[in-house]
Amino acid sequence: MKVLVCISSVPDTTSKINFIKNETQFDKSGVQYIINPNDEFGLTRAIWLKEKESCEVHAICVGGIDTDPILRKALAIGADQAFRVDINPMDANQVAREISDFIKDKEYNLIIAGRESIDYNGGMVPGMIATLINANYVSNCVSLDVDQSNFKATRETDGGKEEISGILPLVIGGQKGLVEESDLIIPNMRGIMMSRKKPLTIIEAKFQKLQTKTVKYEKLPPKGEVKLVNPENINDLIDLLHNEAKVI
Amino acid sequence: MAIVVYLETENGNFKKSALEVSSYGRKLADETKSNLYGIAFNSDEPLKIQKYGVEKLINIKTDHVFDAKSYADLLCKTFKDLEGTLFITGSSADSRFIFPIVSISLDASYATNVIEFPSSISPLILKRSAFTNKGFVFTELKTNYKIIGILNNSFGIFESESKLEVKDYIPESLESNVQVESIKEDEEKISIADAEIVVSGGRGLKGPENWNLVEDLAKILGAATACSKPVSDMGWRPHSEHVGQTGKPVASNLYIAIGVSGAIQHLAGINASKCKVVINNDPEAPFFKAADYGVIGDAFEVVPKLIDGLKKFKSR
Ligand SMILES: Cc1cc2nc3c(=O)[nH]c(=O)nc-3n(C[C@H](O)[C@H](O)[C@H](O)COP(=O)(O)OP(=O)(O)OC[C@H]3O[C@@H](n4cnc5c(N)ncnc54)[C@H](O)[C@@H]3O)c2cc1C
Ligand SMILES: Nc1ncnc2c1ncn2[C@@H]1O[C@H](COP(=O)(O)O)[C@@H](O)[C@H]1O
Repeated sequence: MKVLVCISSVPDTTSKINFIKNETQFDKSGVQYIINPNDEFGLTRAIWLKEKESCEVHAICVGGIDTDPILRKALAIGADQAFRVDINPMDANQVAREISDFIKDKEYNLIIAGRESIDYNGGMVPGMIATLINANYVSNCVSLDVDQSNFKATRETDGGKEEISGILPLVIGGQKGLVEESDLIIPNMRGIMMSRKKPLTIIEAKFQKLQTKTVKYEKLPPKGEVKLVNPENINDLIDLLHNEAKVI
Repeated sequence: MAIVVYLETENGNFKKSALEVSSYGRKLADETKSNLYGIAFNSDEPLKIQKYGVEKLINIKTDHVFDAKSYADLLCKTFKDLEGTLFITGSSADSRFIFPIVSISLDASYATNVIEFPSSISPLILKRSAFTNKGFVFTELKTNYKIIGILNNSFGIFESESKLEVKDYIPESLESNVQVESIKEDEEKISIADAEIVVSGGRGLKGPENWNLVEDLAKILGAATACSKPVSDMGWRPHSEHVGQTGKPVASNLYIAIGVSGAIQHLAGINASKCKVVINNDPEAPFFKAADYGVIGDAFEVVPKLIDGLKKFKSR
C-alpha cells in the first residue's frame, strides 16, 4: 500500500490577516505557518494505516523553500518520505496539475488531501486531482477504511452522511473525524531526530499556466460597537432583532 | 453567450440557494445581454423557477442515487448542449463535491465563496471570502469557460418574470464506480448550511444535559443548532455541529452564541453571518467585540427568559 498525503502550508489559526503593497500582497511578516489542520487529521490517519498493514506514507507540498519546515514536521509525525514541488503556487488548478503529474507513474493507492485549506478555502484541489488521475473521490471525508483494493468512506453532507464504497485508487478531501483531535500525533524527540535523516526530494515545477489571477485583497470592514441589552429587559433584544436588524 | 445556473433541489423542490443563484444569474445575464438557462435534477415543480428569470430549464430525470462523478458528467454534457460559457452554482456540500470535477472536465476556472456581484465583468473579477472570513480576495477568472460558486445568503433573492421553457432530459442508465448509501440524520433538523438562523452553544453551558436551552431556542426560531470546537471534542455534541475555522462555516442571517468565549478560530468561521448576538456572563469575553448585540448575564437565566419572550412574540 502506498499513500500520498497532500499538505498545504497555511497561516496559524491565530494569525491576524493583513495586506501590504496597496493591498495586493498578503503580509507574511510575523505569521507562523502550520500544516493545514484538515491535512493534519489526514496525515495521522495515514500513519495509522502504516501500523495496520505494510504501507508507505509520502507527503507532498507544492511550495517554495519556506514550506520545508512543514514537510519536516510531517516526517517527524511519521511520514517516510517527503516531496516538494518547487514553486509558489498561484491557484488550485496549478497545485492539482503538479500533484497529478507527480503521481502519474508512482502507483499510489490512496491520496489524502484536506477538505479545504484554511487560507484561500478553495476546497478544489482533491476533486481536481481525482478527476485528472481518474480515481474515485470522496469529499468532506470523516471516516475511512481501506484494504488492499477496496475502500469504504463516510462523507458529511449538509443534512447527514453518506457511506461511499468502491475500489482504489481513491482521493479524499479529509477533515476532523478521520481521527479525533486527541489522536493527532505530536512529534516526539525521536521523531524529530529521525526526520532529519528521511529524504525530502525537491521536484521541478512544470505547470506555469494560470487559470486565475489574484487582483487584490481587502480587509474586513471595521466593526461597530456592540449594543448591550440589559438581561432584565430581554424583550428589548427581541425588539431589536425584529425592528432594527430585521432578522426575526 | 449563455449563462447556466445549477439549481439544486431537495425532495423535488428547489432549494433556497437555487433561487439566489438564479437571481445572481439573471442580473449578470441582463448586464451582459446573455440568455439565462438552468439545469436541475428531478425538479417536481420546474415552473417555480420562472419567477427568478430563468428562460430555459433542463430538468434531468434520473433515479440514480447522487454520485458526484455521474452528476458532474451530466452537468458538463448539458452545459455544452446549452452552449454555456459561464456556470453558476451555490455552495452546498454537494455542489462543492461536484464542481471541482466539472472544472477539470470543462477546463474552466472556478471561484468559490463568491459574496458579491462581479466587481468587473470583462475581465471577470469576483470578490471572495478568504482566510476563513478574516479577509477578502478579488480573483480574476481567465479561461473561456468559467464557474462561479456563490456563498449562501450573500446576494439575496430577486424576482424577475421571464418566459420559461422546460425540457425533461432522461439520460441513459448511468454507471457508477462507487456505491453510495445515504444515512439521513434527523429529518426535521435544519442543516447549518441552509439555515437562516443558527443557535450555538459553548463550554459555558457546562454539559450536554443543558443543551435543551440551545435546542428550545433553536426550535422556536426555526434555527439550526451548532457548537464550539471543545464542545464537540468532548463529545457533548456531534462533530457535525462544530463550527469555526476548522469546523463548518456559518453564513446565516442571525447567529446567536451562548456561553461561547469568541476565540479567533471560532469567530473566523462564523463571521460571514450578518447579525451576531452573544450571551455570556463575562463582559470581557472577546465575542462582545465581534457581536452586534450582547447580553451580559448567566445563560441559565437569560435564555429561558428569551425563549418565553419569543414564544409571546411568535404568537402575536
Ligand atoms: C488549530 C485550532 C483550531 C481551532 N478551531 C476552532 C473552531 O473551528 N471552532 C471553535 O469554536 N474553536 C476552535 N478552536 C478552539 C478555540 O481556540 C477556543 O478554545 C474555543 O472556541 C473555545 O470554546 P468555548 O467558547 O466553547 O469555550 P471557552 O473558551 O471555555 O468559553 C466559555 C465561555 O462561556 C462563558 N460562560 C461560562 N459560564 C457561563 C454562563 N453561566 N452563562 C453565560 N456564559 C457563560 C465564559 O465566560 C466563557 O466566555 C481552535 C483551536 C485551535 C488551536
Ligand atoms: N500547495 C499545496 N501543496 C500540497 N497540497 C495542497 C496545496 N494546496 C492545497 N493542497 C491540498 O488540497 C487540499 C484542499 O486545498 P484547497 O483546494 O486549496 O482548499 C488541502 O487541504 C491540501 O491537502
